Amino acid sequence: MPKLTLEELAKIREQTRKTTMLREGGEYRAKVTVHMGTCGIAAGARGVMNALLEEIDKKEAQGVLVANSGCAGLCSREPMATVELTGQAPVKYVDLNPDKMRKIFEQHVLGGKIVQEYALGIGSEKTDFRKE
Amino acid sequence: MAEKAKDKTYRIHLMVCAGTGCVSNHSFEIKEALEKEVKKHGLEDEVLVVTTGCNGFCERGPLLVVQPGNIFYQQLTMKDVPHLVEEHFLKGRPVSRLMYTPPKEKKPVPVLSDIDFFKKQVLIALRNRGLIDPEKIEESIARDGYQAMAKALTEMTPAQIIKEVTLSGLRGRGGAGFPTGLKWDMVRGAQSANGGAKYIICNGDEGDPGAFMDRSILEADPHAVIEGMVIGAKAVGGTEGVLYVRNEYPLAVKRLQIALDQARRLGLLGENILGSGFSFDIKVHRGAGAFVCGEETALIASIEGRLGEPRPRPPYPAQSGLHGQPTLINNVETWANIPIIIARGAKWYSSIGTETSKGTKVFSVVGKINNTGLVEVPMGITLREIIYDIGGGIPGGKQFKAVQTGGPSGGCIPKDLIDLPIDYESLTKAGSMMGSGGMVIMDEDTCMVDLARYFLSFTQEESCGKCTPCREGTKVMLDILTRITEGRGTSQDLTLLEDMAKAVKDTALCGLGKTAPNPVLTTLRYFRDEYEAHIRDKKCPAHVCRQLNTYTVEARTCLEAGRGCDVCRRNCASEAIQGEKNTVHSIIQEKCIKCGVCYEVCQFHAVKVD
Repeated sequence: MPKLTLEELAKIREQTRKTTMLREGGEYRAKVTVHMGTCGIAAGARGVMNALLEEIDKKEAQGVLVANSGCAGLCSREPMATVELTGQAPVKYVDLNPDKMRKIFEQHVLGGKIVQEYALGIGSEKTDFRKE
Repeated sequence: MAEKAKDKTYRIHLMVCAGTGCVSNHSFEIKEALEKEVKKHGLEDEVLVVTTGCNGFCERGPLLVVQPGNIFYQQLTMKDVPHLVEEHFLKGRPVSRLMYTPPKEKKPVPVLSDIDFFKKQVLIALRNRGLIDPEKIEESIARDGYQAMAKALTEMTPAQIIKEVTLSGLRGRGGAGFPTGLKWDMVRGAQSANGGAKYIICNGDEGDPGAFMDRSILEADPHAVIEGMVIGAKAVGGTEGVLYVRNEYPLAVKRLQIALDQARRLGLLGENILGSGFSFDIKVHRGAGAFVCGEETALIASIEGRLGEPRPRPPYPAQSGLHGQPTLINNVETWANIPIIIARGAKWYSSIGTETSKGTKVFSVVGKINNTGLVEVPMGITLREIIYDIGGGIPGGKQFKAVQTGGPSGGCIPKDLIDLPIDYESLTKAGSMMGSGGMVIMDEDTCMVDLARYFLSFTQEESCGKCTPCREGTKVMLDILTRITEGRGTSQDLTLLEDMAKAVKDTALCGLGKTAPNPVLTTLRYFRDEYEAHIRDKKCPAHVCRQLNTYTVEARTCLEAGRGCDVCRRNCASEAIQGEKNTVHSIIQEKCIKCGVCYEVCQFHAVKVD
């Protein structure tokens, strides 16, 4: 009996790949940006971020990129997050809390359906700091 | 930490470069500071700090790459860490002050892949650099590590593996460029004596001045080398592996040992690997610091515990190597290429490169160049692209003069050949060689005679002394070169030098002696006028050979610009300068020992050298 089988090697690969994929760029299908300016953090963006990371972990979701960014300019409606499915316009959500974030993750990020009740609108604001 | 990394989703990965270059610039301290600051802001569950192997852009270390986003931070100091963590990782505002700004430009380039240094590189041997923690085997596996080995062990016959390597066109990356598949075939066909072992050796005795390709591969991705060796073992029927690394590479040795332990623990080395029935293991042998041990027969002698001296070939190690058994010996970079050839196929691999030289080559680019570092480029790229596009040109607005490829065994390629496409044949034709990949760039301030003297003093020192041509010949050549640089050269010296160089090249026992005259022969070929200036005019055109310089003070500049500042006189050790404050100074040539100090200390450029 070998110490390690081909199947076990494949399993290690899949398991660790979840972590390392983030480093390789490209291949993500959704990007969620939590706005974490001073106002966002004060309004509870940290909790929103934690809820999002927990959900990704729990659902073992792959190809979801989580970014943070500064204040989105609408401080009174923080915490805010922007969900961008590849090839679609970004959607901005406002007045979030951890539960709302979970629902958005389930329905929009995984299900592809915009959660109308929390959405501010579909905007084209650039959230990718690469293009700064 | 390893367990945690496996199970948790992090939002940001901070890839801290921990190659030897960055480590000596305190990157481990920076890593600790990053972790501390990340924790201070409560981000430890979101931000993962990873140490990687050499990123390549050593000039700008310590380096940090932020993923996702590929944001490149450089020249970090401990002072920068708190601000960086708070701004970028807490608030999401990348810090442009710490990004790379190309020379002559004003705006920083935030993303690594947009930076010229990285743009033209094609990573095969270095495919995992900066992307994995070399001390965690799982991360290598996640990047397809050991997949090619699994394929070779469970799906391929030895003949199929050798055929793939042969068709790929891979040639030895240690310098000589021998076709790898052919070598493997020879070892496969060789019978071991008395049913004994067949050995697989990795030559990591990198010793050329200014070369650090093998070190960086071993530090960044030791698993690629281990995987390649197991594939080679299966192909030729190898039973035991030895990784020969020089002891001066402590970080590489440490990471290799960790990698071997982890591979053994998982069952990727040892008995019945992956249920294939094939068993193989590798041990590390540390070299004791003799340059000649990079030569394969000397290396083998050194592993056997004998004096590190070469012996005549044949027999080649393929027939009679370590302990008299058939031995397959390849260089670190060659081994690192094997897994990807097996995984992606010979056809893909051979689509990169030139007619006779396939794939990529790793070079360490050092000397008078803006972007010192480690690069991997496709064969056939021109020197111009390496020096100007990747290397960022020559600093200080100076003119490019020549490049030494192949280390002390290589030769000097002049400016006129800057559009030479690099492959084994073109470099040999130019009088140099591929060598292991050292590339020393020289500007107009380099004296080619002095350069030849420097490289020859290195090989002369490292000559093991076994054969007469190398032991005596290099000494005679060095004496002539020293004489010329000190102004004592005669008109017969060049003929004698050339004859001696050719004789040593033709008659020396091993590669060290056969190639040692190359720097002399190429500089004679391309820069003969400089030799002649030293001998005939007793002048060094680059003003490097101080014994040939004459220092004078330009009276007008001294008085008008410097107001006779007196600094030169106070710094002159031989009291050869006369004058006092507010008066013109002058040099008494008879007393001048030509040390050049006055030239260096004069802020007004009143001291002239000729």
